Amino acid sequence: MTEPVLSVRDLRVEFDSRRGTLRAIDGVSFEIARGEVLGVVGESGAGKSVTGAAVIGLIDPPGRIAGGEIKLSGRRIDDLPPEELRRIRGKRIGVIFQDPLTSLNPLYRIGDQLTETIRTHLPLSPSAARQRAIDLLAEVGIPAPEKRIDAYPHEFSGGMRQRVVIALAICAEPELIIADEPTTALDVSVQAQIIALIKRLGRDHGTAVMLVTHDMGVIAETCDRVAVMYSGRIAEIGPVRDVVQEPLHPYAKGLMGAIPTLAGDAPRLAQIPGAMPRLSAIPPGCAFHPRCDYAFGRCRIERPEPLQHGTQQVACHLFDAHSTEHAA
Amino acid sequence: MTEMLAPDGLDPATPRAGWAARALDSDVFYAFRRSPLAIGAAIVTLAFFAVAIFAPLLAVQNPFDPAQLELLNSRIPPLWSADGQAPFLLGSDEQGRDVLSAILYGLRISLLVGVLGVGLAAAIGIVLGLVAGYFGGVIDTVIMRIADVQLTFPAILIALMIDGVVKSALSNRLDERTMLAVLVLSIGLSFWVQYARTVRGSVMVERTKDYVAAAQLIGLPSWTIMRRHVLPNAMGPVLVIATINLALAILTEATLSFLGSGMPETMPSLGTLIRIGNNYLFSGEWWVIAFPGLALATLILAINLLGDWLRDALNPKLR
Amino acid sequence: MLAFTLRRVLQAIGVMIVVGALSFTMFRFAGDPISQIVSQDASSAERAEIRKSLGLDDPVLVQFGRYFINAARFDFGMSYRFREPVAKLLLERMPATLELATCATVLAMTLGILLGVYTALRRNSFLATLLSAVSLIGISLPTFLIGILLIYLFAVVLGWLPSYGRGDTVRLGWWTTGLLTTSGLKSLIMPSITLGLFQMTLIMRLVRAEMLEVLRTDYIRFARARGLTTRAIHFGHALKNTLVPVITVAGLQFGSVIAFAIITETVFQWPGMGLLFVQAVQNVDIPIMAAYLLVVSLIFVTINLIVDILYTLVDPRLHAGAARRT
Repeated sequence: MTEPVLSVRDLRVEFDSRRGTLRAIDGVSFEIARGEVLGVVGESGAGKSVTGAAVIGLIDPPGRIAGGEIKLSGRRIDDLPPEELRRIRGKRIGVIFQDPLTSLNPLYRIGDQLTETIRTHLPLSPSAARQRAIDLLAEVGIPAPEKRIDAYPHEFSGGMRQRVVIALAICAEPELIIADEPTTALDVSVQAQIIALIKRLGRDHGTAVMLVTHDMGVIAETCDRVAVMYSGRIAEIGPVRDVVQEPLHPYAKGLMGAIPTLAGDAPRLAQIPGAMPRLSAIPPGCAFHPRCDYAFGRCRIERPEPLQHGTQQVACHLFDAHSTEHAA
Repeated sequence: MTEMLAPDGLDPATPRAGWAARALDSDVFYAFRRSPLAIGAAIVTLAFFAVAIFAPLLAVQNPFDPAQLELLNSRIPPLWSADGQAPFLLGSDEQGRDVLSAILYGLRISLLVGVLGVGLAAAIGIVLGLVAGYFGGVIDTVIMRIADVQLTFPAILIALMIDGVVKSALSNRLDERTMLAVLVLSIGLSFWVQYARTVRGSVMVERTKDYVAAAQLIGLPSWTIMRRHVLPNAMGPVLVIATINLALAILTEATLSFLGSGMPETMPSLGTLIRIGNNYLFSGEWWVIAFPGLALATLILAINLLGDWLRDALNPKLR
Repeated sequence: MLAFTLRRVLQAIGVMIVVGALSFTMFRFAGDPISQIVSQDASSAERAEIRKSLGLDDPVLVQFGRYFINAARFDFGMSYRFREPVAKLLLERMPATLELATCATVLAMTLGILLGVYTALRRNSFLATLLSAVSLIGISLPTFLIGILLIYLFAVVLGWLPSYGRGDTVRLGWWTTGLLTTSGLKSLIMPSITLGLFQMTLIMRLVRAEMLEVLRTDYIRFARARGLTTRAIHFGHALKNTLVPVITVAGLQFGSVIAFAIITETVFQWPGMGLLFVQAVQNVDIPIMAAYLLVVSLIFVTINLIVDILYTLVDPRLHAGAARRT
């Protein structure tokens, strides 16, 4: 087996606040292979975006990585000095943010933002960088790139701006792209195009993609594997088909129940009762137990660790042979 | 990655709607108790007001009364220096005026002009803002245009102009009280714009709300609706502006008096005292200017600190 | 762009007409021109004669028109006190004020931007906290007190700098400059600091606030995520976006610097327009006051106009917006 592009082991992210330390990410582990698209799904505040930020080393204070390790193509990057980490960002890891309207500096021509990024990471002359910028714009599907390169961000539509953002993310041929809700801010009609573009780029360049979203439809369509996050932990991770068709974790079950199907065999969309706990009030044991229909004594006391179950990994006591014996 | 910093309790932003009422209830006073700087500033400000109000009880003489001034007692240095003389704690000036008494009485004038000036400015601004926001149309355009034009000019220039014009209209027949009124008028007319803009903004927001429509429907007169329903919503920002403007108004009065267009030497405010003291800068009587200057600077700093804090506490966006 | 410029120019002309009307009202009605010109014991016939010769019997609008045309030709009448044309008096003093205001603005901009950027980037350092505290004191200290303090320190106690006046000046055509002599430059130091200090603290706080705001934006986060150097992010992206509003404010501030010069000029007995104006207010020399209002407004309005037009040139969003409106 070849080295995964991204390997995250037991990642913990904490925020120091007046009311003590809040743990936003608590023991998250996953890997992404070359050319693979990993979807990360969960409610707002589940820790999806923080995980992405941790990988690129851009967690704003008072947040910090409190433990675990992050490896990029086998080399540990979470303990690198800021300057070396910066050199990795944009070169080996490309990032796409949620809102293309605010991701680009309004006072700079997009060509300047592209060549600036290209020349930061690649030893190219200004004219070569400009040519590369034009090629990149063409690749992400911007018509007449040699003209549009001198336009300002506000002269583009939202979808076109997100294409520019994508061009910026891939301008140094990164091994990994982190896309943080890349379509949330866009029109529905544009969303599919952007997702298709990210998927195509990943395939063409063999780039690993970490796609953060809360749209299960996007996950089902785009990803090879999916990680379901809840309260700063991965509840379930596995091949997208298995997780979607046969979710194991009760939370994942609820989440899948919330996807509308065309067949319309479900009388109504299932809903998970309650809300995700605040970071300051995560219950002991399994964080999901107050909302879980299957919760039993152990869930309230002991935190479930991820267990291999078929192709999937699930963090739930229901799948621990030892505990089901007791429960039964 | 907007949700990246979502952890609860880290984001101090308060919701905007109806924040003033709620903030005054709890948050502001909570924050106040936790801010030593704000408490200090409030204590100093209150102390200034207190000594100004009780000046006649605290001062050893009434510096406004020429009969109480003895030329024999002129130019006495502060008590702690070699030539100091009781009861002139902070020394005396050329006319035998006790510096401390002059400061106490001057403070009265400065604070009086400041408070009345801010009050007048707020009154003009609130009324014009209400009218502009409520009626809109041509009235709104005219009022806000005037505001725009006036805002291009610094308040001190406008105050000086008004001062000059009123003086010429009254052909220099000015006693101390008229001068005081002129100063209040100048300040009131120089500072109304900010209130008008703020109130107009609030009115524009509130006017579209259902309860105003309902009030109109049951036939309440416009004025009642504005006063009872719309105005209370604008009072938070108005309070902040008034606090910040109090420092500005006192500063403006002091500046006018320093420039010789304010309070006369027979009834000196802090600014007038500094103007008088400036004449003795070269002859070595430093105390005549130093203490009034110190008092003025401390007063303005304290009110500014209070205003700054209040602005941040009530609404960080008011900046 | 053209339409926008045109509209702004028209607006500026509108403001000038309003100010002109105010100035005229002051000139014509606030003081009685007759009593200022003739002696106390002039007969009523003499007075009427003078009224007629001055055109004071004409309809008000005609008088206003005449006043305006005269003002456009830089003729503001005679000063009551100096018995000299107001225009000549103002013109003599204009270079002093403009040199002082320019020096103060350059000082305020340079230091204000530098310190503002510093306090924003090193937000929690000791020096930044100290600077923020000092800046609040700087805003609280009345300008005239700062001036007096400087005079006391550097002129009275240390004797390094002259306490008042403009020093030796050199004539360049109608312009007199103090920038070419040692004593002129020495005289300029304290007034410039006094006048510039308030603007400096203002710009510093503005730069700090704007910069902190910009540093929180998504495009700065994205610039970080693109791996740009801290230098490029802070001094390229962040600074450029900070300076657009700051330059606007600073430009507009130049107008108020000229007005605030009134105070500084009085403290330092600086022979500029501001000192002339203060003396005019004290002497109720209405023609000078009216003319000062007009001249200073003209400077204000012109600066506002230039700043507004420059702003649209700097910010591409407005640029395009204005172009679309055309």
